[in-house]
Amino acid sequence: MIPRHLILGAVVMLMLALGMGFYAWHMRGGARQPETASSQPVAPPVSGPTEPVTLYIAYDDGGVLRARSARIPLPAGRQERAEELLRALLNVYLDKSSPHLLGADSEIRDVYLVDPGLAVIDLNSAFADGHRSGVLVEELTVASLVETLSANIPGIARAKILVDGKERDTLAGHLDLTNFFDVATFSQIALQLQNTR
Amino acid sequence: MRVAATALLAIASVVLLSGSPEDKRVSIYSTVANYSLPVIERNKQDYVGLLEVLEPLGTVSGHVNGDHWRLHYNDADAEFSACKRVARARGTDFNLAANFILEGGRGLVPLADLSSLLSRILGGPVTFNPAARRVFVGGVAVHFTAQVSNTTPPKLIMNFTAPVNPTIATEPGKLRMTFTHDPVVAPSSPKLTFNSTVITSASFVESNGEAEIVVSSAAPVLASFSNNGRTITVEPPPVAATPSQVVASATPAPAAPPASVANAPVQAVAPYFAVVDAGHGGDERGAALTDQLAEKDVTLAFARLLHHELESRGLHTLLVRDADTTLTLDQRATMTNAAAPAIYVCVHAASQGPGVRLYTALTTPGESIGPFLEWNTAQSPFQALSDAAATSVAAALHSKQVPVRTLMAPLRPLNNIATAAVAIEITPSADDISRLNSAAYQEPIAAAVAAGIADAREKLRVASK
Repeated sequence: MIPRHLILGAVVMLMLALGMGFYAWHMRGGARQPETASSQPVAPPVSGPTEPVTLYIAYDDGGVLRARSARIPLPAGRQERAEELLRALLNVYLDKSSPHLLGADSEIRDVYLVDPGLAVIDLNSAFADGHRSGVLVEELTVASLVETLSANIPGIARAKILVDGKERDTLAGHLDLTNFFDVATFSQIALQLQNTR
Repeated sequence: MRVAATALLAIASVVLLSGSPEDKRVSIYSTVANYSLPVIERNKQDYVGLLEVLEPLGTVSGHVNGDHWRLHYNDADAEFSACKRVARARGTDFNLAANFILEGGRGLVPLADLSSLLSRILGGPVTFNPAARRVFVGGVAVHFTAQVSNTTPPKLIMNFTAPVNPTIATEPGKLRMTFTHDPVVAPSSPKLTFNSTVITSASFVESNGEAEIVVSSAAPVLASFSNNGRTITVEPPPVAATPSQVVASATPAPAAPPASVANAPVQAVAPYFAVVDAGHGGDERGAALTDQLAEKDVTLAFARLLHHELESRGLHTLLVRDADTTLTLDQRATMTNAAAPAIYVCVHAASQGPGVRLYTALTTPGESIGPFLEWNTAQSPFQALSDAAATSVAAALHSKQVPVRTLMAPLRPLNNIATAAVAIEITPSADDISRLNSAAYQEPIAAAVAAGIADAREKLRVASK
């Protein structure tokens, strides 16, 4: 006679195995979906189903910021999504055909979402140390990061940029990083940067 | 929970950034380089890495052989043994004040022996001030004289025997000049007393590898450089006194970084209509526009031209820096707010153009407490005025066919300025960077910017009253 609790345990284990198998099958199927919205591919940072996002890309030629639709795989957690989003943006800049070159070893270390509405973007020191110096070129980078984040992650009202987990005076000698960026006000800059005049 | 805790830690690191205890340092001044190094404490004695001391002075190498450490400096040799006092330099034995320490291949010598050691190894006179931890290799000391003029208002004129580049900070009743990399030495008397009720005295103090001249005054004072960095003039900002202004005049310029700034509109008539600030300078080179051309040099050249153009239009203008000097952003803002001009113009330069970009501050409304404005949002009440000034300058540039673009930017010290404030970023035409620093390229731009400011003068004057 098999004890009743062993039978129940075996049933639960079987259901879990079936559930995980279905999930794995679903993930593989989703990854095969064709990308349709992006005109230029963005290297997927994680595997899984892709989602449509809007990346705000800086272009040195003309000194403008342009919205670009793309599909990238995003994880489920809000904070992880924010990190992957900015890493996908960074991949655009680190590509050989980048319209806005960043230092070769630039990385997004972490993104922290702190309620209510604060996003902390932690860059590595190579990002800041290797960044070109100039008001516009620095502003394009920061606007690209902040606008991309706020456009795709709802509820972000303020953003703060750290370098290697610490506060830094400027990105590369000009743009002030000591204060928090008000996203609504910063969107005005993003709008200005989308015009060439 | 874990994510929240990590995020909180990140925020805490932002908040807790400042405030590490002051490290002990020793400064070395020579004809080759002026530099400072950390002092290391071992066995309750001060030590310094000998290789680090000698590296900026010549070709040096150190070799470890068991407990022995051999040093080669140019044509000289020295030998040391770990945990021993006896050492040898240029073939002569001598005793150290404490044991030599060999630490991970690094040779540490007692700080007290640095003077005699350097003298033996370098083969020349070395002077050491142990209390201040300042080492002078050869005759590099910079002397100075100080005297107060009989003019009204009085000026303290300090002449140095070589160019100097101190960090300047103000606090109520005092202006501090800190010389970190200049071998400035004490005058005959460390305290100089002047026969003036405004600038009363200047005292010289030195400690922890730095020298400091503290000017005591009964009124707010500003420092300016001339004579290629050999002369520093300390004087009150030329403010026309009115009864309503007494409160502001009695409030000294805030120390950097100040918590608040005196509200500009209490000024009746601003004697300086404009303040022009050449971005960067001194140790802070700004962008490397080419291998040879630094942003700080382009901004200074353009600022001088703009100063000339504004003066020629009858707009009295103060140049924040007229030499290759280091100024913090807080110092620039403090000087500007103390001068209470109708407009502040900050100059930057970039390699990617074309034309001119005009920036106004990105501000959010701050708190005003009585006559004081919050430092980080001091620009907020003047944002509309700044926009109007930028529009006028843009129109003038446009009329001269100079490509121009107007943007907002989080760019300090614009947000600390309590008057109309605009930043200008000049760039080459068609990316021809070679012309950027030429007067032929800069002059028409400076003239157009000055014309734009002049066109807005009435609006700016009315607002500054």
